[in-house]
Amino acid sequence: MIKVQDLHKSFGKLEVLKGISTTIENGEVVAIIGPSGSGKSTFLRCLNLLEQPTSGKILIGKDDVTDKKTNIMKVRENVGMVFQHFHLFPHMTVLQNVTYAPIKVKGLSKEEAEKHGLQLLEKVGLSEKANEYPNRLSGGQKQRVAIARALAMNPGVMLFDEPTSALDPEMVKEVLEVMKSLAHTGMTMAIVTHEMGFAREVADRVLFLDGGVLVEDAPPAEFFSSPKSERAREFLEKML
Amino acid sequence: MDLDFTAILPSLPYILKGIGVTLKIVLVAGLLGFAFGIILAIFKISKYKALNWFADVYTSIFRGTPLILQLMIIYYGAPQIIGVEISSYTAAVVSFSLNSAAYISEIIRAGILAVDKGQKEAAMALGVPGNRMMRDIILPQALKNILPALMNEFITLTKESAIVTVIAANDIMRRAYIVGGEQYRFFEPFIFAGLIYYLMVISLTVAGKAVERRMRQSD
Repeated sequence: MIKVQDLHKSFGKLEVLKGISTTIENGEVVAIIGPSGSGKSTFLRCLNLLEQPTSGKILIGKDDVTDKKTNIMKVRENVGMVFQHFHLFPHMTVLQNVTYAPIKVKGLSKEEAEKHGLQLLEKVGLSEKANEYPNRLSGGQKQRVAIARALAMNPGVMLFDEPTSALDPEMVKEVLEVMKSLAHTGMTMAIVTHEMGFAREVADRVLFLDGGVLVEDAPPAEFFSSPKSERAREFLEKML
Repeated sequence: MDLDFTAILPSLPYILKGIGVTLKIVLVAGLLGFAFGIILAIFKISKYKALNWFADVYTSIFRGTPLILQLMIIYYGAPQIIGVEISSYTAAVVSFSLNSAAYISEIIRAGILAVDKGQKEAAMALGVPGNRMMRDIILPQALKNILPALMNEFITLTKESAIVTVIAANDIMRRAYIVGGEQYRFFEPFIFAGLIYYLMVISLTVAGKAVERRMRQSD
């Protein structure tokens, strides 16, 4: 469970998040949408402290992430993250990308990590690419490897920061399919996305952010058919 | 014109023996300079102001004064401070490694900063601790990009090592000079010494290219 209380984040004088509170239950899939500059990526990046919140409280499970005494490294092991631009390690093969953190951070043996890693690559449909370097892969394949890499740590929560925004249109589907099947396994997921169709179909809840404020928090059916706020209506008109 | 290369033939083995001396200085100083350069580079990007300051002042001093001065201070001046004489070999290795560390640290710093910020974030998100991240993720990528610049630094070091002649280390340069003095023929032994340096640099270049090719496997 992720519990966010009155989260604020400023970059210098610019206040990007103006007090966001929400709860994401275990097994819930939450789509975070909103116009660019609304703070949705910053919100996601605060959850595993890639951005340090200015104030507010974030609980992941029992850990208070914002408490200085919490070992943030341990928390991050439990929170997988997938980035817009993949950020695979270019000097490692696909399998090394997937097994690196389990071996070096979790202390798994190479055999264990590779066995698990190959299973994950199988799951994302890329086991035959295990010994290739990332540069030989297409964008969609890279993103699927990145998902496998995050899953290799057996996280309880997965964060996705616009996972399909950097992809060619024909590759979006293969990544969304992987995410959809992941959602069906009961993974807790927070997804910043512009894929309205995906949000509507897969998400349990939609968070609509605008100007650093959580404007709407509703099930997708409700949000997409009858948004309460004027801002959400305008946004949806532009998107659909 | 009075040129007679046959006259120095008997002295060739003597000059060639200098290769070992030069190589020993360059290799040891190069490796020490590289190791110290990495440490200085990490100081430079550290969040601790004192470490930034130390590394910056260090670099500015060693880049801002002549190498030959540093060499002579260490060889002739240091005994006044530490109370014991040091060999010309030690003085050469110490001054060259201290000096090249300053240059190498700048190269490595630039290399580290050029690695995509996303790499650090991806490693952080996986819970990889800072020192591990530097060693396994950031440095390997940085080194690949800066290899040509590093190679350049080692080539410079190889050629600059000729100044150890002034502290009487028996390298290629000094041996050529001695042979010249004995025979009153300087042109021939110096040309020969120049040829040796040139061939060493060419071999370094070829070796560097080979390493670069290996490291570009993942491209």
